[in-house]
Amino acid sequence: MKSLKQLVAGGARQFGMVFALIALVLVFQVWTGGKVLTPTNAQNIINGNSYVLILAIGMVLVIIAGHIDLSVGSVAAVVGIIVALAIRDWGITWWMGIVLGLAVGAVIGAWQGFLVAYVGIPGFITTLAGMMLFRGANQYIGNSNTIPVPKEIQFLGAGYLPEWGPSTGLNNSTLLLGIVAILTLVAVEIRRRRSAARLGAEPAPTWISIVKVGTLSVVIAYLTWLFGSGRSGTSFPVAGVILLGLVLIYGFVSNRTITGRHVYAVGGNRSAAALSGVNIRRTNFFVMMNISIMAALAGIVFIGRSTASGPFDGTNWELDAIAAVFIGGAAVSGGVGTVVGSVIGGLVMAVLNNGLQLLGVGSDRTQIIKGLVLLAAVAFDVYNKVQGRPSLIGLLLQKRRRAEVAAAAPGGFEESAAEVVRPGSSSRDA
Amino acid sequence: MTDAPVLLEMRSITKIFPGVKALDDVSMRVTVGEIHAICGENGAGKSTLMKVLSGVYPHGTYSGEIVYEGQEVRFNNIKSSEHAGIVIIHQELALIPELSITENIFLGNEVTGRFGLDWETARSRAAELLARVGLDESPDELIKNIGVGKQQLVEIARALAKDVRLLILDEPTSALNEDDSAHLLDLLRGLRAKGMTCIMISHKLNEIEAIADSITIIRDGRAVETLYAAAGEIDEDRIIRGMVGRSLNSRFPHRTPEIGETFFEVSGWTVEHPQVPGRLVCNRSSFHVRHGEIVGFAGIMGAGRTELARSIFGRNYGRFLGGELRIDGRQVALHTVQQAIDHKIAYVPEDRKALGLNLLDTISDTIVSAALRKISRRGVVDADAGHVAAEGYRVSLNIKAGSVRDGVVKLSGGNQQKVLLGKWMFPEPDLLILDEPTRGIDVGAKFEIYGLVNALAAAGKGVIVISSELPELLGLCDRIYTIFEGSITGVLDREDATQEGLMRLMTGAAPAPVS
Repeated sequence: MKSLKQLVAGGARQFGMVFALIALVLVFQVWTGGKVLTPTNAQNIINGNSYVLILAIGMVLVIIAGHIDLSVGSVAAVVGIIVALAIRDWGITWWMGIVLGLAVGAVIGAWQGFLVAYVGIPGFITTLAGMMLFRGANQYIGNSNTIPVPKEIQFLGAGYLPEWGPSTGLNNSTLLLGIVAILTLVAVEIRRRRSAARLGAEPAPTWISIVKVGTLSVVIAYLTWLFGSGRSGTSFPVAGVILLGLVLIYGFVSNRTITGRHVYAVGGNRSAAALSGVNIRRTNFFVMMNISIMAALAGIVFIGRSTASGPFDGTNWELDAIAAVFIGGAAVSGGVGTVVGSVIGGLVMAVLNNGLQLLGVGSDRTQIIKGLVLLAAVAFDVYNKVQGRPSLIGLLLQKRRRAEVAAAAPGGFEESAAEVVRPGSSSRDA
Repeated sequence: MTDAPVLLEMRSITKIFPGVKALDDVSMRVTVGEIHAICGENGAGKSTLMKVLSGVYPHGTYSGEIVYEGQEVRFNNIKSSEHAGIVIIHQELALIPELSITENIFLGNEVTGRFGLDWETARSRAAELLARVGLDESPDELIKNIGVGKQQLVEIARALAKDVRLLILDEPTSALNEDDSAHLLDLLRGLRAKGMTCIMISHKLNEIEAIADSITIIRDGRAVETLYAAAGEIDEDRIIRGMVGRSLNSRFPHRTPEIGETFFEVSGWTVEHPQVPGRLVCNRSSFHVRHGEIVGFAGIMGAGRTELARSIFGRNYGRFLGGELRIDGRQVALHTVQQAIDHKIAYVPEDRKALGLNLLDTISDTIVSAALRKISRRGVVDADAGHVAAEGYRVSLNIKAGSVRDGVVKLSGGNQQKVLLGKWMFPEPDLLILDEPTRGIDVGAKFEIYGLVNALAAAGKGVIVISSELPELLGLCDRIYTIFEGSITGVLDREDATQEGLMRLMTGAAPAPVS
C-alpha cells in the first residue's frame, strides 16, 4: 500500500487527470465502435486542437498569476492576417513572416502587459478591450478578406513529420520520437531515484519504478504506433511536435525556474510575494506578454491548418483555452494550476468534441455536454477544496488512497510522532 | 462553585477529524452572568469547541451533548445557535469595510418594515447599541474609517442587536492596544453586571486574571481543569502550568547579551502616508542597531512602527521623503525589497496569513521563497537543495509537521510563525526585523520563538522586535525605542525600562527624555 502511494506521489492530481483522459478515450472508442483510436482520427484531434492547447499553456500562467486574457483569439487573428499579408504582398519569406508574427505578438503583449502591470488596469478589462481592438484590426487590415498562406506555413499547421530511412512499417520520424520519449522517461526516473537516495529518502521499491515506467512506455509505444501507422504521407503532426516542445519548455519554466515560482507566488499571495522580494510588476508583465506571443504562435499554426487567414479566425478561442485551464485544475483565485494539467484539460475537451462528433451528436448537444463537463470538473475541485482534500479527477484514485491511509495509519503516526519529539528536546537545550 | 443557575453545559464532547482527535471527552459548565475564560495552547481545541457550540460543526458530526438553558440543543448551523441567543465574535472581525456601522450591525439581521428595509429604525437602534457599548461614532460612519478597537465594539453591538444571551469572544483583544483592551474589558464587566454571560478565549493571561470568574483549561483536546476566581485559584502561573502541563520557570529564556559594534544606522527617516498626503507616518526617525543586540520598538497600534520597518525594508510602504540608511558605515539606498534582501535585511511581517505566507505553498517552498537565488543556478531552481535546506530548518526550529512537503495551511499559528522565521533566516540576514513575532500564538511556542530570537542575537545578528506586548519587549530586548505618532520619542536601556515608563513615552504623555 505504501508502495502504491509512492507510485502516485508527487503527481497524484496529474496522474488522475491522465487516467480520466484515458478513460474518456476508451469509452468513446467503445461507443463509436473503434472510430476514435484510428491514425487519421488521432492526427485530426492533434491538428484540430493544437492551437487551443498552445493557448492553454500561455493561459495557465496568466490564470495562476491571478489574471485572465480574453484577447487571445483576436490577437491570433490579427497576427494571422499580418503574416498572411506580409508574405503575399511584401514578398518576405515564410520564416520572416513567422518572425514578424511573433514580433507582433510580443508588441501586443508588451502593450497589454504594460497596461496590466504598470498602469494597473485589471487584465479582464485590458484584454476585453484588446479582444475588440484586435478583432477590428484583423478585419481592417485584411479588409475582411480571406488571404491564403504558402505551403511552408501550411506545413506547420497541417504537416506531418517526414519519412526517411529504411522501411520499418512505421513512419520513422514518429518512431524516433517515440524511442526518444521512452528513453527520456527512463532517464528521468533514474535521476529521480538517485536524487531521492541522495536526499536520504527511502527510495520506492524498484518494481514500482519499473511498473510506472513500463506502463507509460507501453502507452507511448502505442501512441507511436497509432500515429506512425497511418496512410502513407501522414505521421505525427508537426503542430503536435511544436506542442510537445512547448509543454516541456513551459513545464520546466513554471516548475523549475525562479520566474515560474514567482508567478505562483504572485497568484498565491501578492502581498507576501512583494515582501519576499518578488517584482510583482515584472511578473505580471511577463505572463501577459507571454500569452500574446503564444496567441501569435497559435494564430500562425491555425492559418497553416486552414491554409488561409480570415476575418473570423480565433473566435471564442479564449473561452476554449480558459475552459481547458480550469478543467486542468487551476483555481479562479490564482496560485494554482499546471501546464501539463491544462494541456490534458484541453485534450479532455478535444476528445469530448471529437467523440461526440463521431457519434453524430449535433453541435447543440455537444455544447451542452461541454458546459456540464466544465462545471462538473470545477465543482469537483471546489468541493474537494472545501473538504480539505487534494483535488480533481483522481476520484478513482481517491478511493484507493483513502484505503491506503487507513491501512498505513498506525505506522505513519508513530513515525511522525517520533519526528516531532526528537528535535523538540534538542531545541529546548538550545 | 457559584450558586447561579447553569446556562450552558457541554457534556463529553468528542470531535474527530480524519486522523486527529481534536476534542476528547470535553465537558464544561457556564453559569449565568459569569465571564468564563477558555485557555489553552494553540491547537489545543479551543476554537473547535466553540465551533461545536455555535453550530459550525453541526449536530451529528461530534459526539456528546450540549445542554443550554436547561434543554438539550442540537444546532445545525450558526443561524440556529444565534436564534438561541449564542453569538460568537471571531478573532478576525467579520465587518465589511465599505459599509456603515449601521449596515454592519444589521447585516444578516436586517430591520424590515412594510416597504423593504427600514433604515430609520435601524439607524436609531444602532445609535442605542453604540451608546450601550460606549462607542462615540456616528452610525453612518464607514467601518474602514474607524480603528480596530472601535470595530471590535461594533462587533459587540452587532451581537447585542441579535438579543445575545451567551456571548463568545475569540481573542477579542489580540489586535487591540492597551487602551482599547482596557476599554473592552470594562465593557464586558458592564455587560456582566447586567446579567450577560460571556465565554472568552484569550492568550492574554493578565486580562483573564483581571476579568474571568472561572477558567476552563484545555490541553491536547481534553479539558484538564476548571479554576474559579472565587476560590482564589486564578493566577498567571497557575494557568500556564495547566496549559502546558509543566511550569515554565521563566517566560523568557535566559540570555547573556554580547553586544558588538553598531552596523545599522537610520537617521532622519521620513515617510508620508501612501494615501494621505501630508501625513507623516515616520517623522525624522533615527535609530541604530548593534551586532548581537535585540532592539525593541514599542508603540501603540498605528504609531508607525510597522510603517517604519516596511519603509526601511525596500520602501515597501508609503512615500519616502528623506532620510539616510547606513550599513557598516556605508550609506545605501534600498529602493526595492530585493535590494533590502541583498543587503542582508529581513522583515518578518505581523500578519502571517495576509502578508507572510502563501497558504497554497508547502513548508519547503515557503522557506526558500525569499532566497530562491541561493538554490538556483542561472534562474533554474534546484528543488532538492531547497528540500534539504527546509528539512534543516524543520529540525532546528522544531516545526511540528510530518514533512516539509506538507502545506503551511495545515500548521498551527506557532508553527507557521516558525516557518516564517525559517524563511527569513534562509537568506542569512544580518538584521532581522520581527513584527509582532508572537501574536496569536501560544505560551509554549512563544517560549520557543524567544529562544530563537536569542540564538540569532548570539550569532551576532541584529534583531529588531516590534511588539504590542510590553512584557515581551521588556523580557527580550536590550534597548527599546518608543514611537508615538510617527516620531521616535525615546530610547530606554533594559535596566531603565519599565512598563510605566514605556507607556508614558508611547502615548506622548511626557517629553522624550534623552538617554
